[in-house]
Amino acid sequence: MGQEKKHIQEHCFVSGHTACSGCGQSMGARLVADVAGKNTMVTNATGCLEVFSTKAPETSWGVPWIHSLFENAAAVASGVEAGLRHLGQIDKIRVIAQGGDGGTADIGLQALSGMLERGHDVLYVCYDNGAYMNTGIQRSGLTPFDANTTTSPPGKKSTGNPTGKKPLAEICAAHHIPYAATASVAFAADVQRKVKKALDIRGPKFIQIHVPCPLGWRSNPALTIEIAKLAVQTGLYPLIEYENAQLTKVFKVTQPKPVEEYLKLQGRFRHLLKNPEELKRVQAVADKNIDFYKLKG
Amino acid sequence: MKKYLEGSWAIAQAAKLCKPGVISAYPITPQTHIVEHLAKFVADGEINAQSINVESEHSAASVVLGSEATGVRSFTATSSQGLLLMGEVVFNIAGMRLPIMMVCANRAVSAPINIWNDQQDSISLRDSGWIQFYAENNQEAIDLIIAGYKIGENPKIMLPVMVCVDGFILTHGMETVDMPDAKTVDKFLPPYNPPFKLDINNPLSFGLLGDPTVYTETRYALHKTLEDVIKEVGRVGAEFKSSFGRDSVCLVEGYKLEDAQIALVAMGSVCGTIKDVIDAEREKGAKVGLLKIVTYRPFPGEAIKKALKNIPYIGVIDKDISLGSAGALYTELSAAFNATDKKISGFVAGLGGRDITIDTIKGIIESTKKEVNPCKFVDLKPELLWEEFKVT
Repeated sequence: MGQEKKHIQEHCFVSGHTACSGCGQSMGARLVADVAGKNTMVTNATGCLEVFSTKAPETSWGVPWIHSLFENAAAVASGVEAGLRHLGQIDKIRVIAQGGDGGTADIGLQALSGMLERGHDVLYVCYDNGAYMNTGIQRSGLTPFDANTTTSPPGKKSTGNPTGKKPLAEICAAHHIPYAATASVAFAADVQRKVKKALDIRGPKFIQIHVPCPLGWRSNPALTIEIAKLAVQTGLYPLIEYENAQLTKVFKVTQPKPVEEYLKLQGRFRHLLKNPEELKRVQAVADKNIDFYKLKG
Repeated sequence: MKKYLEGSWAIAQAAKLCKPGVISAYPITPQTHIVEHLAKFVADGEINAQSINVESEHSAASVVLGSEATGVRSFTATSSQGLLLMGEVVFNIAGMRLPIMMVCANRAVSAPINIWNDQQDSISLRDSGWIQFYAENNQEAIDLIIAGYKIGENPKIMLPVMVCVDGFILTHGMETVDMPDAKTVDKFLPPYNPPFKLDINNPLSFGLLGDPTVYTETRYALHKTLEDVIKEVGRVGAEFKSSFGRDSVCLVEGYKLEDAQIALVAMGSVCGTIKDVIDAEREKGAKVGLLKIVTYRPFPGEAIKKALKNIPYIGVIDKDISLGSAGALYTELSAAFNATDKKISGFVAGLGGRDITIDTIKGIIESTKKEVNPCKFVDLKPELLWEEFKVT
């Protein structure tokens, strides 16, 4: 069998798409799709993943896949689930809704809340690269504090994005759903464990995966995994799990690294490197996470 | 069987007869009774459907989009602001060729906020690619729902259908209707079996990015299919008549047009009032008739031209207005005639629930005879207008 054919048969999300080099989201999508397997239906919000994987007449998806609009992936998934329930197929088919951070935490938050509250048997996956990358790196509700985006540029009166990330996993967990977690594409086995765990639970689930965007973060595409790893190791991106609104597990960071190690690899934070006061404020964000989630153990 | 029913109840019964597997809606006046009745049918086990109570109309439309894509017949209903909030999804549903059925309980659009009837809501979405029917009465609403599913679900059509019913006037009005029996409906409307659906055994991708190399052709195909619906309405209309004995599924309906010198053209419940006025005026010798538009999308231009061929004076009544232009039906009807020697006038009436009375209709007939107006608001109250807007 040819390598290409084998690749297509083995994976539910295959290469040949038009993602940028070093795209964290495409790696995340592959990890999720491979764990989910063939008996899965995917609804996708508008965004990079949709655009780079399904330009007519081509598709990278080996599972039934549907894209409708930017903010309604969760509502479309609710409908797919209701349809499968009517057909008596919901026990053998898993439904995954997915979108980026803007499509999930901002414009799609209402539809997501509705899906969670109604108890649909759907796993929602948010690929979090911290800005509206598909439209050209604009700030979203999940853009980190002080990041330089095209709509939160640093200047004489600004040091970048003035607010921190919206606590999306907590917002989802607050719906008392069976499972809500964060993950990082740098820890593939952890991502896949969480996806598998989520898909084994009946009811609404949520996973937010940190996925670097070399274009938007102005980072070396070869360092995608390294940078994602540092986000976790500095405490800036805590990996946490909530079950029925209770924090049940955190990914330990026994010896947190200084945030500068993470920031210095990315152009979006370059303006901070000669600003010790701001560096302290970013470090305070990490320290707060380390303290709040008891990351050191 | 003939029954004396509230419009919403009759509409819910008709939807139930079509056996949708998923129903999703969000409450908005005057649509509410329809979905309340359907929710009760589901609660009582009278219908085997998933009833999804969503957090917005945007999600209601998105839920039925998702369920329809799995190959399950789906139903929704809304009004006014709800339809506008759905607007983005409404366009998307047509582009994705999902033959969803929606009942629009026609209501005015804010501002000012107004819960009463006109047709601005559905008219504002006329360009979305949906088939649009306008019912004169609750019998037609029932018939158009049943036939609408059949037309939309034809594998060669695959388009969503909006059955527009005047809010309150029809939805909350009591009328005698002939409710079809389930067996005949089952025979007329086979189970939904789309050529493409979400299926793990045939994993297709839906809703792809269409760049400039393919976008135009997808829109052209949608447009040509909508044009084909003109014939399909005729075909299904004839089949409907042989199954149920009624002519209600059609493009247009002429009323006393044969020798008419003046024709009014209108859509929806106002046609009932107009027919009464025509009967009275004809007793006095006036040669006046009505052309009722049942199918508004696709626009039945040829049928309209044929029906009005020999009639010199035409008065078009719109319960809507394309602000800064004229009523929607007027502009499209005028365009269909393409500058003939006809005297065509457009009248905007019945906005936000203001009654279109017998005297209103009489005034429209008089005005149509006397002068040509592209966009005349009837029954304006001068005391509510600034001096410079006053009509002399």
